[in-house]
This record gives sequence, C-alpha cells and structure tokens, in this order.
Amino acid sequence: MMSRIRFNESVHRQPKSRWSAYRAARHRLSGADRGEARHTGTAQAGRLRQPRRRCLEQWAQIRPAVDGLLPWLLPVLLVMVWEIAARSGLLSARVLPAPSAVALAGWTGLRDGSLAHHVAISTLRAFYGLLIGGSLGFVLGLVTGTLPLAERLLDSSMQMLRTIPHLAIIPLVILWFGIGEEAKIFLVAIGVLFPIYLNTFHGIRTVDATLVEMAQVYGLSGRALYWRVLLPGALPSILVGLRYALGIMWLTLIVAETISASSGLGYMTMNAREFLQTDIVLLGILAYALLGKLADLATRWLERKALSWHPAYQFSRSSKTAEVPA
Amino acid sequence: MTANTAEFGHAKTTVGDRRQQIYRPDANPASFPPQPSLQSGEDVSPPRLDGHASAASHGKGLAISLQGVTNSFGRRDILKGIDLEIPAGQFVAIVGRSGGGKSTLLRLLTGLDSPSSGRIAIAGQEVDGLQSAVCLLFQEARLLPWQRVLSNVGIARGPDWRETALAALRDVGLADRAQDWPAVLSGGQRQRVALARALVNHPGVLLLDEPFGALDALTRIEMHQLLTQIWQQHRFTPILITHDVHEAITLADRVLVLRDGGIVFDEMVSQKRPRALEDMELAHLERQVLRAV
Repeated sequence: MMSRIRFNESVHRQPKSRWSAYRAARHRLSGADRGEARHTGTAQAGRLRQPRRRCLEQWAQIRPAVDGLLPWLLPVLLVMVWEIAARSGLLSARVLPAPSAVALAGWTGLRDGSLAHHVAISTLRAFYGLLIGGSLGFVLGLVTGTLPLAERLLDSSMQMLRTIPHLAIIPLVILWFGIGEEAKIFLVAIGVLFPIYLNTFHGIRTVDATLVEMAQVYGLSGRALYWRVLLPGALPSILVGLRYALGIMWLTLIVAETISASSGLGYMTMNAREFLQTDIVLLGILAYALLGKLADLATRWLERKALSWHPAYQFSRSSKTAEVPA
Repeated sequence: MTANTAEFGHAKTTVGDRRQQIYRPDANPASFPPQPSLQSGEDVSPPRLDGHASAASHGKGLAISLQGVTNSFGRRDILKGIDLEIPAGQFVAIVGRSGGGKSTLLRLLTGLDSPSSGRIAIAGQEVDGLQSAVCLLFQEARLLPWQRVLSNVGIARGPDWRETALAALRDVGLADRAQDWPAVLSGGQRQRVALARALVNHPGVLLLDEPFGALDALTRIEMHQLLTQIWQQHRFTPILITHDVHEAITLADRVLVLRDGGIVFDEMVSQKRPRALEDMELAHLERQVLRAV
C-alpha cells in the first residue's frame, strides 16, 4: 500500500519524464562502463532521430502526390526514350516518327481544321450506328425478355445471327450499299446490336422475381411495372452491354473506314499511309484511343448517375449516410 | 350463408356476436371484439391530430370467410377443405410446420393463386385475382433497391402519395430516413419500411408471411410492439403466418394450427396486452399449440 502511494507521488511529481525515468533506470541497472557506452549510443541516436522524423513527416506530405504520379512514370519514360531514339537516328522516321513530330502533325491538323473535320465525321458515324443498332437491340431485348412468345419466336434466331462475326459481312455490305455512309453505319449498327440485345434480355430475365411479385401485390402492372421495376432492375446489365457495344463500335468503324471512305479518321490514316506520313498515321491511332477513352468515361459517368442506388456505386455516399443516426 | 357473410364488412357488432355463436361459445366475451386500446396504456387513441392525419386512419378491417378451400399441386393436396370464418379486426396467427400449407393459404388470400375448389370471400366478395384491400408483408422486406425509402413506401403512387408515404413512415418511426437508399438500412428498419408500404394502401386485411423470422430477438420484440400498436391504430384484420408459437401467442387474438392441409387447433387468446411471458395460462396454451403442431 505504502509503496503504491510513494510510486504515485513520484509519478505526480515528474509527470512528463516517464521515458527519461525509464532510461535512467536502465542506466542504473546496467554496469557503469556499459552504461557509458549506451549513453553515447543513445545520444547519437537522439541526434539522428530528429532529422529522420522530419524527413518522415515530409514524406507523408508529398506521398499522395507521388502516388498519383507513379502510373505516369512508365509512359513518360517511354516517350522520352522514344524521342531520344528518333532524334539520334536509331529509329527511322518512316518506322516511327518522334513524339514531337506527331504532336506537330496534330497541331497542324488542328489549325487547318482537317483533324476536327475527320473526327467529327467519324464520331457522327459511330453515333448514328450506335443509335440505330442500340435502340433496335434494346427494344428486341425488352420484347423477348418480357413476352415468352417473342422469346420463342426470336431468341434462337438472334443467337444464331450473333455467332456470325459482323466484319465477315463487309463484302456483302459493300455490294448492298456501295461505299457510302450507309455501309459504315450499317456495319456499326450490326456490331452494337447484339451486345445490347443480349444484355437487355439477360437483364430483364434476371430481375428479382420476388420484387416483381411484390410490385404486383401492391397493384403495379403494365407500364408502371415496366418503368419502376423491370427497367431499373435490368439497367446494370444493360449498361454493361452498352460499354461492350462502345468498344465494338469503334473497332467496326475503324475497319469500315479503312476499307472504303473519303473522309473520317480511318480515311485520314489510310491516306497518310499512301504518302508515307507515319506521323499522321500515329495521330489517327491516338485520336481513336482518345475517342474510345472518352466514350468509356461517358458510360462510367452514366453508370454512376443511373446506378447511384447500387451498393457498388455508393463508396462516396456511404460515408455520408453512415453518420445519420439509426 | 353467403347472405350472412356479406354483412361482415359493415356491421362490427353483429360480426362479433356471430363469431361467438360459430366458434367458441365459451370464450371470454370481454376479450372480443378486441379493444386493446383500452387495455394497453399506449398513445393509441385518439389518433394523431397533427396536420398529417395518420396514414391509414380510415382503413377498416374486413372479414374473411373460407368454405371448403382445397388447393392441390398435381396430385398432392396442399390444403384439404378448409372452413374458416375470421371476423373483421381479429388478429389471427396461423402456426404450422414448413410445408404445412401456410404460405399456400396466404397466396390464396392475396389472390396470387386461386383455389382448386372451394370459396374464399373477403368482406362478402369472392376473391378473384389480386385484391387491393389485401396487403402482404413478405418474409423479406422486398424493397426496390433503386428507389429511395419514400418512393418505396409510396410504390402504388396514389394521389398525394408523398404526404401519405411520409405519414406512414412516421407511424413506423422512420420519417427521418425517407431519402435514404434501402441498402443502407438495417434488417429491422427495412421490415418497418415494408410495413409502412403496406399501411399506405389502407389495407382491410394485412397478411404477414413470417415477416420477423429473419430478425434478431431484440428487433423482433420491437417489431411485435410496433405491429400491435399499428394494428390498434388502423384496425385492419391481421393474419400472421409464423412457425414461432411464442410469437403467435404473444400477438394474436386467436391461434390456429395448420397441419397436413387442415386446421387441427383453433383457440382464442384472451389475455390482456402487453402479454407477460410468464403467464401460466399462456404457457399452458403454448404447450397445447406445440402439441398440436
């Protein structure tokens, strides 16, 4: 009891120096010479510790920025090596022109408006194709997903057609439509139709049957059932179909434009090939990459908007709602 | 008989009298028709007088009548000629093992299925297709995950559905969660939202298909209290399907046991609410029910 009181007193008297008390105790326990050696050792460590801690703090501050930059390290390095290789003559300009040359070609294209012209034409084709093929696939998917009769009538034929690679019908398309706009739009439409059809059909089919039953018990039918239960339930799947379709859309368009066109990105690259303008070819490829990325970003944005109810899309939201008292 | 059942919806007193003639002449008359608002000290009556009238204060219990109801799947009879009269407002619990035909009976009452033979009438009108006056509380809450709580409650989108839905949410104590997604609610809260959704429709009959089975014990007790309170407020006819004998005896006016497609036990529970767990009579009844199951 006494000892405890005394201990408490000592603690009260020296509240701040528990660590130094500990060190002093260890020092007392160890032999004198050992203690001396240790003493110098700890003094050195103390001198080192201060700058090291500051260093760590600084690192913690810049760490997010470094983390953000890390994925860019390799591409930047690659471009730099490429540039150096092209300038030093290791890479011939016919094989691969320097990045700066590509950038320059892009700048000229932008200034005379030819690049914007080609991009606009290509985007328009892609958009029309997606609109026609996508809405057709969507409607067909809805109908076959909802009506058993339509499924029996249509689905097996659709599954059969689906297995044909749509690029295989290019000769036929050229025979039908010539090399006009219709041919490209038709090809894109055929390309996007099937992924959207399949995913819409699948989405409608996999809507939770218990929810549909509940909605019926609560008096929903016809259009209300469609809009409030079936369609939102199928939406995640439909959006997957859309993202898939966008990839196919650009792919089809590149092929179609490369084969026959008098404008558009594909025409631009093929034309540049004739004149050995490798920088323009690379520019076209970059433009395709950029457009594809933009389309992907657009669908991601759409997903976040339309599926904000979905637990998978509630990362940012959940932290807010979690604070609401239960 | 059909002429008599037609009266059930309108005249409550006659219903009560008739019930005693038909069922249990020796039952304690004081317990029926149920007047729990006088028995429990909760703020049940008068109904809320604030701006928003309670969601379904004009909902009125409806009587149910089953005559020789048989239902079979293929060659197997799930229900074998059930005769049952449930007066308006009576809290009935149906206990039975799984596969005993409880859920089938519930689906018939909802109008999701129709009986192979026999006749089901609600407030004297034969059940044919889905009934607007009948609401079903499912085993799971079955909320639409893509609609916020308020839109889920007002799923039928009647006139002024926002106000009605909010009033119903207030009744179940979840008005502050109206703008949340169902995904962030707990199991008990989801079941309360489902209850609010049922109340919006002013149900004459509320069918409960083991709605508390998946909840933890404490939440279940809370839900029992809430259900009792809301029933006393809205005066619908609740029919609770459960395999929990204890739950049935705590909540109901009348306990039925369904076994092998027939009613093998039918007893009134006359104890006052809230019911004490250690009541000797209740314990005796529980033993009886368990034996029947």
